[in-house]
Amino acid sequence: MTAVPRPEAGERATAWDEPTDEAKGPAEIPDPATTRVPAELRATIEQAMARYPDPRSAAIPALHAAQELHGWCSPQAIEQVACVMGATPAYLASLATFYDMLQTAPAGPHSVYVCTNISCSLRGADALFAALHGAVGEDPEIDVRAFECLGACDIAPMASVDGVYVGPLSIDDVPRLLDDVRAGRPVLSEKQLAIRPVADQQARP
Amino acid sequence: MKILFDRIDEPGLNTLAVYERRGGYASLRKALAMTPEEVLGELESSGLRGRGGAGFQMGKKASFLPKGSIDKYLVCNADESEPGTFKDRELMQKTPHMLIEGIVIASYAAGASRSFIYIRGEYVLQADVLDAALAEARAAGYLGEHILGSDHSLSLVIHRGAGAYICGEETGLLDSLEGKRGNPRLKPPFPANQGLYQGPTLINNVETLATVPAIIRMGGAEYAKLGVETSTGTKLVSVSGHVQRPGNYEIELGIPAREIIYGLAGGPPRGRAVKCWFPGGSSAPVLTAADLDVPYDFNSLAGAGSMLGSGAIIVVDDSTPILDVAIKVAKFYQHESCGKCTPCREGTNWTVKMLERIDSGEATPMDLDIMASVQDHIIGNCLCVLGDAMAMPIGSMIAKFRDELESHIEAARLGSAVRLVAG
Repeated sequence: MTAVPRPEAGERATAWDEPTDEAKGPAEIPDPATTRVPAELRATIEQAMARYPDPRSAAIPALHAAQELHGWCSPQAIEQVACVMGATPAYLASLATFYDMLQTAPAGPHSVYVCTNISCSLRGADALFAALHGAVGEDPEIDVRAFECLGACDIAPMASVDGVYVGPLSIDDVPRLLDDVRAGRPVLSEKQLAIRPVADQQARP
Repeated sequence: MKILFDRIDEPGLNTLAVYERRGGYASLRKALAMTPEEVLGELESSGLRGRGGAGFQMGKKASFLPKGSIDKYLVCNADESEPGTFKDRELMQKTPHMLIEGIVIASYAAGASRSFIYIRGEYVLQADVLDAALAEARAAGYLGEHILGSDHSLSLVIHRGAGAYICGEETGLLDSLEGKRGNPRLKPPFPANQGLYQGPTLINNVETLATVPAIIRMGGAEYAKLGVETSTGTKLVSVSGHVQRPGNYEIELGIPAREIIYGLAGGPPRGRAVKCWFPGGSSAPVLTAADLDVPYDFNSLAGAGSMLGSGAIIVVDDSTPILDVAIKVAKFYQHESCGKCTPCREGTNWTVKMLERIDSGEATPMDLDIMASVQDHIIGNCLCVLGDAMAMPIGSMIAKFRDELESHIEAARLGSAVRLVAG
């Protein structure tokens, strides 16, 4: 059994997951006069805000846009979104930590999400994930993650490679998949979900 | 009979030109020539039950929205994340205009002037297809102000989520759409009275809304002749797991489950047999091979102790230990629990720990009783049904595969004792 670290007498308990600077107050809404926001990001966020009756609805699209620019929801990315939306950084951080697709740590430019939920794991997804994870190794360019059901159990086991669904995959596909990602080619073009016909024979023309 | 999947792979069906050539948006013209009450009447007489999981009558739900000129909303739930479910994905990708047409007609019936499609963030291709279809529909006057010269106006926004199972729960979805964490709300008030931005809101699943144009075309009474009395119409079924031809199939409700699993999907691989199957996504209680002749419809499956849910059949064959299935399922709900309600947050967490103890040889048969009672204490005690969604299948696995779990406990304990002595 591992020992649970306990605070010393008089010591203040720190935050649940990460130590925080207790001496610092909470960040306020960034001042637009002193916060630099890239013009393109500002335009994207403002456009998103205009689409909803309540501009706050644009929080997730705005964080998506900032993540695309910065690679992850970094403190700077959150500060820029907070500045344009007039929200506190803490509020946006609460969203970034809630949603799986928003990264709260630096990640490579390429993402490979392997579905390891029930239908995929019945067809060998755990071994596929292990093989992919092993093959990528320490490469910081590619972020391999086990993901919850991606809604493509018909092509199990499958992966979403930079948002493109491919499957059914076997361990033999791993080297070519990674080659395609590294070379910037379309990933396993014959195994993409986009070209797969419906399973129901009677629905075919 | 194919309604949603009729020649769905026809090239270009995702474009307005092909959809219109096949008679698309004719139902919208027909609906706009009727009064909203008449359209609502057709939806009610069709008997269409919601395809997202709960199976509530769609027409009745739409009729709950207050009348009058206040701002009303229609939200299409495209956050398809129930494990095993992938029917809405295929619909949106291949025939997006059918969904848009359904949304416009349903909003006309309910008097909604703003609509949203909340699509899960992982569905990048499908959201792009919808964006393109939306632009075409808007340019052709099927969306916007005074649709086709009528008094009905509707805006539509496609909102991409960011990966959270709980946002498929209708009130969690509303919070997420308002730009918050997707925490479920206390009901009542129900969304029909107080939903998005505190306004009356109609929330329907993709498949439900995509069926609306067919109901208007055929007439509600004619549609109700399909299927069986309490479960009318056709249903998309996603079959996955240990079957030879996994995929989406459109069936008439009420056909035996055996016909879907063996007839359409080819059954388990040669030499293996069905051990258990989830009839409606991983949150449905499991059924066994003995239940394969149950008619696949809402009431028959409920009678067999399970549910039709989202229409996702996951087949597990006899090569898989039931414990592995239980751990996978429980871990998913543990990860996705939003943490708002104690029974769900703690219950999912402890269930995973107890299941893992079985595998590591630290469990006793009494643990099964404790685990079963934990499941009982989750069901019905939370704001939403995420906890129930774990408790129901796990509870059913303990009840139906108790012998196997007990021998697993014994074997694992022996194994760990041997390791202790040898180590």
